[in-house]
This record gives sequence, C-alpha cells and structure tokens, in this order.
Amino acid sequence: MAEECRTTPLTAWHQARGAKMAPFAGWLMPIQYEGILVEHEHTRHHAGLFDICHMGEFLIEGEGADAALSRAVSHNLATLKEGKCRYGFILNERGGVMDDCIVYRFGADSFMIVVNAACIATDFAALRGRLPQSVSLKDVSDETGKIDLQGPESLVVLESVLGEDLHDLGYFGFVRTQWQGAPLLVSRTGYTGELGFELYLPADKVVAFWEALLADARVKPAGLGARDTLRLESGLPLYGHELDEDHNPAEAGMGRMLTSEADYVGKAGAQTIREKLLALVIDGRRAARGGDVLALPDGTPVGRVTSGSFAPSLGCVIAFAWADAAHADADAYVVKAARAELPARVTELPFYKDGTARMKLK
Amino acid sequence: MSNPADLLYSASHEWVKIQGEEAVVGITHFAQESLGDITYVDLPAVGDSVSADSDFGSVESVKAASDLISPVNGEVIAVNEALADAPEKINADAFGDGWLIKVKLSGKPEGLMDAAAYEEHCKNEQH
Repeated sequence: MAEECRTTPLTAWHQARGAKMAPFAGWLMPIQYEGILVEHEHTRHHAGLFDICHMGEFLIEGEGADAALSRAVSHNLATLKEGKCRYGFILNERGGVMDDCIVYRFGADSFMIVVNAACIATDFAALRGRLPQSVSLKDVSDETGKIDLQGPESLVVLESVLGEDLHDLGYFGFVRTQWQGAPLLVSRTGYTGELGFELYLPADKVVAFWEALLADARVKPAGLGARDTLRLESGLPLYGHELDEDHNPAEAGMGRMLTSEADYVGKAGAQTIREKLLALVIDGRRAARGGDVLALPDGTPVGRVTSGSFAPSLGCVIAFAWADAAHADADAYVVKAARAELPARVTELPFYKDGTARMKLK
Repeated sequence: MSNPADLLYSASHEWVKIQGEEAVVGITHFAQESLGDITYVDLPAVGDSVSADSDFGSVESVKAASDLISPVNGEVIAVNEALADAPEKINADAFGDGWLIKVKLSGKPEGLMDAAAYEEHCKNEQH
C-alpha cells in the first residue's frame, strides 16, 4: 500500500520527525506531527507550514493562449490582471466539475494553472485536447515544489526569511521573486481561511526552504489532518467530496463565480440545479461523516453528507451535504450518522468567520 | 509509554483495573495514539449493564470513530463525566484521568492479557 505511493521532496523529513503518514491521492503524505488539534490551533493563531508538493502545476503559453484557455476553463480571464490569480473550474461537457484549480496570469498569453494531485493526468489530457497545438501546455508538477505557509503570523515570518516587504500583496495576488538564487513564486492564497501564502519553488530547494521557514519559532509543521479541519471551517470545498463530475459549480454554491463571457466547455450545463450543497451545523461533539444520509426531520432521505467533522475553532460539528433541489430549502435536517441521528440546521458560509485571509496589509 | 503492570488488557485495546468486586475500564495509550485527537466519547449511564465482548459506547477522533468493547461483565456504577466536555483527557492520560467507566463485576474477567502479552499484541498489530 504505502510503498506504492509517490513521495514528495519532504517525505523523508516528515518520517524522520515521526509524522503519521498515510496515502492521499496516490501520495504518501503527513497527516499529523504533534496532533491535528494543536496544528489546527497553531495555524489559526500563529503559522502552520504544509507540504503541498503533491499538487500539480501546468504552464500554458503561446500566441492565442488567453483566448484558448478562456474556452478550456471557467475562469473569467478577461478581468484577470498580470500578477493576480483566480479560482475556478475545469468542467466536463455536462458542466460537471472535473477539477477546481487556480489560474495565475504571468503575461498576456502566459499562465500557470495549479490543479489537484488526483486530477493531474485527467486535467492535462482534457486541457491538451481543448488547447490548439500552437499553445504549449507543460506539466511542471515534478520539478515544482509547493509549500503553504498559513496563519496570521505568516506575513512577518515570510518577510523576515525573504528580506522583502510583502505588504503590497493583495488577496489572490502573487509576486515572482527569488530565494537563495532560486525562483520563488509567492502567492497570497491558501486553504485555511487565514492570512497566508502558497509558495512555489524548484523541487530540489524545497527541503532547505522548508527548514528556513521552520527556523522561525512562530512556525510549526502541520499535516493534511489540520488542513482538512481548517478548510472545512472556512467553508472551502474539497475535490472528490463537495465537488465532482456529477455536480456543477452552481449546485456547489459557486454559480456567481461564473462570470466569464467566453464560450468555455461545460458552460451550458454549469447553472442547472438538481442538487444543492448545504452548510450544516450540529450541536454537540458527535460528528457527521462523509457518506452519512441526510434526511428531513420526518426521516425522509433527501441527500448525503460530503464532509463532516468536529470543528476545533467552533466547538461544535459542521458538515457539507448534498440535498436534492426540491428539498434543499428547509432550515433543519437530520443526519443519520453511524451511531445516532443528529439534528442539523442550515447555516451560512464560512462556518468560522474570524479568519484573517482577506485582511488588509496596508 | 509503557503499559502499567497492574492492569489487564483486551485485544480491542481496553484496559481494566480490578479493585476487589469493582473494575475501572479505559482505553490504552496505544488506542488513543492510533485514534489521534479524541473529540467525543459516548458512554453508558450509571445502572446500565455491560457484557464482555459487547460494545458499551464509542469514541470519536477528528478522523475516525470506533466502538468501545467491554472487557468485563457487570453493572456501571460510575462514568467519567469530565470526558463530556474534555475528551482530550483520554489523549493526555489514557491510564489515569482518561478512565471511562467503573463497573461492579458479575463474575471474574476472562481472556484478558497482562502487560507483557498486550505489548506483544500491539507489536503484531503495527505490522
């Protein structure tokens, strides 16, 4: 099992520190070092460092790349300026989500797109099929390392390690700089709801950069366990749970994001609502889990939970669930968990509202 | 952490401390470590009866949930109420503050391991 998994430049580092390792999307990844709750809290209040080298990066360039990419992904590239990146989707012909991804604009016809690890091969094949041969598509996932520094203290730490002022970087802005002579892309984005950065650099520099960031006492390594509780509290979807090929972005509550005027693949079906993703709060500590049945208070099943967990920063249980559109407007539901029926009420996202991700730096 | 020599152990990672006619039951350090941060414990009420090899509650961590299997027969005479709001006590002190229930025994516990046999059992489970 584990031995068939791919490893990142940091796998040996994690193992040497006694991290609990587990397969994720075909990669052997750290789930926790000290413990999920400690790492979660540390990221909310200080800074957590995450190995995200498993994710994929593609470079797209050549004359006509802007227009061609606009037809391949849902992102509105017409309003995406150089130095900014944007969240969006690669859709199938029906409007279902093949992947969620971030597009970075490097120039008029030059982009980077960052995709989920489990989707690298299918995304690449889909994009290659959608882009003309005159536009180059290069998978640089293997040679590109990605580590995320997240938390309210991430800015001061990163500024001190780089010796640079990063206060000009707005949310979803990025800058290409250097660290010890190696190219480094600093993106003010993340998956925790906190002020933070996704950092891209050559894979062979990852360990040294990781250790340089960790040398600051405000930073602790954090595993995929904390990443999951942090993203869930922040109301961020996880591909394969809240997003999949059978649901479109509008069903997942992200229809308003679809502002692109380009005729992109899947556009016609992207707004048809058959099921709706609900955000649920459950009192107490007993968790709803992905796969649990969602029912009306009278017991009629109307959907299923996609993710659920005790929320460390909230002290209650939170969950996402699909409900069929005809029954998606109730205020209260019941989750049929493995050992109990849990009363759930619908809430607004994000679950955790004190995140620092969008804070003004100036 | 070593398993205290004065306890008995079950294959499903509960421990038992026999005190005359009574027994205190908890889960082992090995169990809490495999579960990770514990966020919820479901325990029986005082007066409920428990039977050996049957579940008497459940424990949940951020990532997993598992049944608690009683190592003894008897009647529940106390439950660790502090765990309702602070289940992390099990992680912090599985053999002490993190105890689960106290049982008035009906019959002598059977089929349990001593600390040395339990350590061997854990070693085999890790592989």
